[in-house]
Amino acid sequence: MTTRTRRAAEDPVAMRLICIAITAAFIIVLLLLPLITVFAQALAKGLGLALSRIETHDAWTSIRLTLIVAAISLPLNTLFGICAAWAIAKHTFRGKVLLTSLIDLPFSVSPVVAGLAYVLIFGMQGWLGPALRLWNIKIIFALPGIVLATLFVTVPFVARELVPLMIDQGRDEEEAAVSLGAGGLQTFFRVTLPNIKWGLLYGVLLCNARAMGEFGAVTVVSGHIRGLTNTMPVQVEALYNDYEFVGAFALASLLALLALFTLALKSLLEWRYAGEIAATHRH
Amino acid sequence: MARMTVAAIVVAALAAATIPAAPARAAGRTLLNVSYDPTRELYQALNPLFAKEWKQETGGTVDIEMSHSGSGSQARAVIDGLDADVVTLALASDIDAIAQKAHLLPPDWQKRLPDDSTPYTSTIVFLVRQGNPKKITDWPDLIKPGVQVITPNPKTSGAARWAFLAAWAWAAHRPGGNAQTAKAYVAALYKHVPILTTGARGSTTAFVERGIGDVLLSWENEADLAQAQLGPGRFAIVYPSSSILAEPPVALLDKNVDRHGTRKVAEAYLKFLYSKPAQEIEARNHYRPRDPQVLSEYSREFPPLKLYTIEAEFGGWAKAQAKYFGDGGIFDQIYTHGR
Repeated sequence: MTTRTRRAAEDPVAMRLICIAITAAFIIVLLLLPLITVFAQALAKGLGLALSRIETHDAWTSIRLTLIVAAISLPLNTLFGICAAWAIAKHTFRGKVLLTSLIDLPFSVSPVVAGLAYVLIFGMQGWLGPALRLWNIKIIFALPGIVLATLFVTVPFVARELVPLMIDQGRDEEEAAVSLGAGGLQTFFRVTLPNIKWGLLYGVLLCNARAMGEFGAVTVVSGHIRGLTNTMPVQVEALYNDYEFVGAFALASLLALLALFTLALKSLLEWRYAGEIAATHRH
Repeated sequence: MARMTVAAIVVAALAAATIPAAPARAAGRTLLNVSYDPTRELYQALNPLFAKEWKQETGGTVDIEMSHSGSGSQARAVIDGLDADVVTLALASDIDAIAQKAHLLPPDWQKRLPDDSTPYTSTIVFLVRQGNPKKITDWPDLIKPGVQVITPNPKTSGAARWAFLAAWAWAAHRPGGNAQTAKAYVAALYKHVPILTTGARGSTTAFVERGIGDVLLSWENEADLAQAQLGPGRFAIVYPSSSILAEPPVALLDKNVDRHGTRKVAEAYLKFLYSKPAQEIEARNHYRPRDPQVLSEYSREFPPLKLYTIEAEFGGWAKAQAKYFGDGGIFDQIYTHGR
């Protein structure tokens, strides 16, 4: 094992350089440069103007809406993710393979399709629309629809992180806990959760980044009412179409900053708790 | 640490529960105006004035919420349940669709307000680059070799449908012109269109920001706005010898206003669009006002030109929509043939 890795590391220098160069070029051209352009455009006419655009009522309400949507979808996805991973990793049941692949569905289905599906279900021409209107319940073109669309696209993140981790860890520790007299909840909080907390945290962070950034599914069900149902990404597009370039890029920068903050937080935690993370993986 | 994660999740859930939901719409106080893309600046100027007048007349307050997107997709959203009190869209057939598919207003809605329910009009003009390097002055110049024309997709964009019909009407009225020659001209025209964007704003951005094409077929108000906002002097407006009278209509949605109890204020709002102060604002936002007096005040901004009407030339939107832009219609025939 050791000799083989060493030989791989001793690949011809040219080979190594080419690989590094290709990777670096991809990252710089496709990721870094566009990101820098966004910040540059936002600050093109000064930081003061960019900040004043974020303080407008419509921008502010879009930030608030985005945070509310994330705050609702995160706990729900966390709960779902833990339940799904628990069921798949620690138990055997009929239809397990099917359930596992269904969780991946949102990764392969275009978000626009998800949005349209909700329109077909809850829209006035859809199955439930007329009944909902009778009871004066608003789903699409209002907060619940935006949350549903966000949930659809973010459902896999936590579960996808936890399933392989929990399968890796097996059932030995839980069985030991139960044989020592621990109850179900006690086993979960004392044994399972500590073992999966890093994977869980990572999944939640990814889920959060996606929830805040989702555009395709949300734009279909948003209704585009300014200051009411525009989330940050939808508002960015609206501002861009209004020739409000500073405002659009300022808000886009804020979104990008949120993503970078998430990334930084994740790296910080990984660095701070490196030993512990390695330990849970080694289980 | 596990405790902390759980605690954080619980706190997040509680926080989510306590953040108040979007403010409920108090009956009779809020109007939702669902409009198309280029009217944002217009209604931003009109709405506060109406709120002020409403307060003076009735003592009540009214908030007007705006939704903007492509005219066709806005009509679709209203049909699917976007709870608009009034719609102010780019063309009558989009509101016809709401009447037919969702029955929110009667089919003869367009007769309920003056001037076919269009308080302001516009037309299709040419926007060219500084100095007009390709020397484009009228419709025939658009099909000269090497000229690239930017216009959106008539399937999705209101402006594009008006532009298509303006081109058609010009060609049909040339000496010796008829439906055949008009079709040939329009077919030649669309061979000069390198990309079809979905909406008017997209094509303006492509032309102005990304530098694609030599001439943009644009709403007059959009061309004026692009000039004002994106650098005066970089572009020039060219008025062709003839164009079309583009009538973006307004309507209140009976079923919705009755459910919200907003009929009175919605009616007043639409009537207000015809009033002198509103017509002034519309003129200042580059829409042609219906009021002859206001129009003459701003005549320098709105050069007179021969404008064909959809009613006289094409028998109204219901007919034109199916014949020219329906599936397998004339646009489909000419656009697929050339490829």
